[in-house]
Amino acid sequence: MRTPLRPLPRILEARARGENPDAIERENLRLRRESQRDRSRQRAEGRLTVLGMFFVCAFLLIGFRMGALAASEPEEPRLLASASSISATRADIVDRNGRVLATNLATHSLYAHPQDMVDPERAARELGRIFPDMDAEALLRRFTDGRKFMWIKKTISPEQRQAVHDIGEPGLLFGPREMRLYPNGRLAAHILGGASFGREGVHSAEVIGVAGIEKALDERLRDPAHAHEPLRLSIDLTVQSAMRRVLEGGMKLMNAKGAAAVLIEVDTGQIVSMMSLPDFDPNDRPRPLTAGDAGDSPLFNRAVQGVYELGSAMKIVTVAQAMEAGLVNPSTTIETKGPLTWGRFRIRDFRNYGPELSVTNVVVKSSNIGTARIAMMIGAERQRAFLDSLGLLQPTPVELIEAAGAAPLLPPRWSEISTMTISYGHGLSISPLHLAAAYASLLNGGTRVTPTLLAQDAPDPGPRVVSETVSEAAASMLRQVVVRGTASFGEVEGYEVGGKTGTADKPKPSGGYYDEKVIATFASVFPASDPKYVLVLSLDEPEETSGEEPRRTAGWTAVPVAAEVIRRVAPLLGLRPAVEQDGETLLSRASN
Amino acid sequence: MTEMAHGAVPLRDGEPILPRWWRTVDKWSMSCVLLLFGIGLLLGLAASPPLAQRNGFAPFHYVERQILFGGIALIAMLLTTMMQPVLVRRLAVIGFAASFVAMAGLPLFGTDFGKGAVRWYSLGFGSVQPSEFIKPGFVVVAAWFLAASTEVGGPPGKRMSLALAVLIAAMLAMQPDFGQACLILFAWGVMYFVAGAPITLLVALGGLAVGAGVMAYENSEHFARRIDGFLSAEVEPTTQLGYATNAIIEGGFFGVGVGEGQVKWSLPDAHTDFIIAVAAEEYGLVLVLAIIALYATVVIRSLARLTRERDPFIRLAGTGLACTFGVQAMINMGVAVRLLPAKGMTLPFVSYGGSSLIAGGLMLGMLLAFTRNRPQGQIGDVLLRQGR
Repeated sequence: MRTPLRPLPRILEARARGENPDAIERENLRLRRESQRDRSRQRAEGRLTVLGMFFVCAFLLIGFRMGALAASEPEEPRLLASASSISATRADIVDRNGRVLATNLATHSLYAHPQDMVDPERAARELGRIFPDMDAEALLRRFTDGRKFMWIKKTISPEQRQAVHDIGEPGLLFGPREMRLYPNGRLAAHILGGASFGREGVHSAEVIGVAGIEKALDERLRDPAHAHEPLRLSIDLTVQSAMRRVLEGGMKLMNAKGAAAVLIEVDTGQIVSMMSLPDFDPNDRPRPLTAGDAGDSPLFNRAVQGVYELGSAMKIVTVAQAMEAGLVNPSTTIETKGPLTWGRFRIRDFRNYGPELSVTNVVVKSSNIGTARIAMMIGAERQRAFLDSLGLLQPTPVELIEAAGAAPLLPPRWSEISTMTISYGHGLSISPLHLAAAYASLLNGGTRVTPTLLAQDAPDPGPRVVSETVSEAAASMLRQVVVRGTASFGEVEGYEVGGKTGTADKPKPSGGYYDEKVIATFASVFPASDPKYVLVLSLDEPEETSGEEPRRTAGWTAVPVAAEVIRRVAPLLGLRPAVEQDGETLLSRASN
Repeated sequence: MTEMAHGAVPLRDGEPILPRWWRTVDKWSMSCVLLLFGIGLLLGLAASPPLAQRNGFAPFHYVERQILFGGIALIAMLLTTMMQPVLVRRLAVIGFAASFVAMAGLPLFGTDFGKGAVRWYSLGFGSVQPSEFIKPGFVVVAAWFLAASTEVGGPPGKRMSLALAVLIAAMLAMQPDFGQACLILFAWGVMYFVAGAPITLLVALGGLAVGAGVMAYENSEHFARRIDGFLSAEVEPTTQLGYATNAIIEGGFFGVGVGEGQVKWSLPDAHTDFIIAVAAEEYGLVLVLAIIALYATVVIRSLARLTRERDPFIRLAGTGLACTFGVQAMINMGVAVRLLPAKGMTLPFVSYGGSSLIAGGLMLGMLLAFTRNRPQGQIGDVLLRQGR
């Protein structure tokens, strides 16, 4: 409660006494001011104390923090990037039956701290003795130029490690190091690709994929969550091994400079075996070629990266589309009187097959003219759409880092003449894997398959490409090709091989085509009555020299090799040979 | 009779100036300041040769300059401590006006020495940073306003001083110099707090400051980078902070030895903002704790003496000066130990820098002038109020 400055009773009293009442007001004002000052002084005192406390606390905090820092152990300053631990984990890769294709091996790396060395000269000399590829003088120079750290060897064997131990030099140190190992060597070289070291630390080093599936699925393989869960591929190591033997032998026999083969399951698109020759050892990847054609390097995966005009093997695609569209049926007659001229182009057949052939015979005899006429009935637009639906116009989605770069080569303008040449396999360059996937899609009953290297548990049918009837008709036409057509060497007793040959002249880098260099391809399916597998086998520049003049057509080169592959591989795949009718009676008679 | 025979003894209306000064000044605080200056020179000997070498001067060029500026600063400080509070106030107001004008002219005539902030006037032989001088001036002017507002019928000093503080902080933020801007606002806040701020308002102001900080973070890249550097838990060793922290760790309790430190070679601001890191590395925790103790002594003693002060102006001005001084030291050292986000702020009296030294001398001089013992009317209390 506020006391008034001029309290009426006192004023009246003062007036009565004849005093000046203003003095009372002044006195009260002074008192009020004073008490206000006292109050603010007391409050300020309290608040100053609070401030003082705050400063004491803050300075104490800083002091403690300084003390804590000073008491902490000094450590080597490191960049944050390398401070995050280097994870050396990398999952194994196994084949469809769990056999190891790629695994890790614990080894050691060798590095030096030259400032800790007792006798650098001796250390350099001894190292030069243990590692003949190292120059002792160069080592000594590097030991004594003032550096504090240097790598000597990324991976050393246990014997070498013991030998280095025996030098007894404290400045030579070892770090654990995981190494990628491919126990099967060359067997699946192009599929696996290879690995090398990424970020390296003293205590571990990253193993990163550099090619093939190792690079394409690098993240999955390095993911610590899946480190103990091997990556299971669709490859069958046994089949791969058998196929490699046959293919290598066939390549030598046919004097080819390269060969590629793809064996694919028609229902699931799983690649059972795939290879490209010449190959390499992924444990010791060769350097990429710096000069010349990259396609000649053993690193080049012909099956995936090699886009070629695969020739007449494409004819069945054209015929299947025409049948699907209802334009023809297997017995429709097609005019094959040659040559077929279109503008300045003339399309010829290998031989004159007479004025007309049935559609089946167009395929069996491999008539370019007949196929071109069928293609004209289809038209460019529909042909393009159909090829696209088979995945022939896009890079294959297979899990190899190289696949994405291997796009098919298309004509710049899809003109009428392009339509005609593409119908028999010229003017469109695709890889053997493309062709294998397209065959699988056409022959498995007509649903699109996506080629994959990863083991699948169940078939995952894609969109329908052709009807089942057309699929069956195509398979039976392919069978006819082997029975009475260009691929007669392809007959493997009991496995009903069907297929289509393709012999394409190799294009010159300067334009035009070589006369004597071909790519011979045999795209086959077995068993034709109920297709299970498609094998595409292609030889680069083969020459069969047993006859009087060299023969290069696929029927003489690729087909016999493929037949041998099927003969060897089909039993491994668990296919029963279809026993002939009289064989069956023989069998029953014996049991009686 | 003696007087009539021998003439009158010349009458002095008080004690002579120096003895009275010596009797009344806070000798402990003054000693601390002198010690801090000495430590600054010692550390300058260690921290500045690399910079001198980079800039092509003699190794101890910067130490010589610091002795020169430090001498000026000490003289200014001693002279100021001898003044009466009223004279201090008058001179400080004039100084404030001058530095305010100088700061307003910075965008036109100032230079940034390639550091990205226009804070200096280049005078050929050296440079002047007006924002260092405006701090003590502002504190005195604001205290004057605040004290006047407590008088019955006084001016609305609180609002006026706040407007001034905001204006100066805005000017500083435009340079940009967020550190000094915060310091000005902090000084005003402390004085307002002691002058009797309502608690609710204090809380609201705190919230506002946080909001402003967030806005600055959003809008100024310079500011955001520093805050981010602080908030990231791990510090990159190649940043200033990383080097500083590492230096403190390296130093341990007793340091790596005089002249053996490495951090001064890698930190561009080793002689100013991160001088404490040099101290910690070469002389160890011992010297760092000594420095902290010296600052704490000055601040705590000053505040303690001010609690007995009855004149509101002196109390407020003294509080503002002591807290500004203490907080500046605290922020500088807090940054080095990563308690606070990186903020360019010198360590008063220890860091190299002409403007900061001389302004620091003036500031401490004013503070010591305000904290001198003077009659506080306790006798009046005893006699007139009978111990009320």
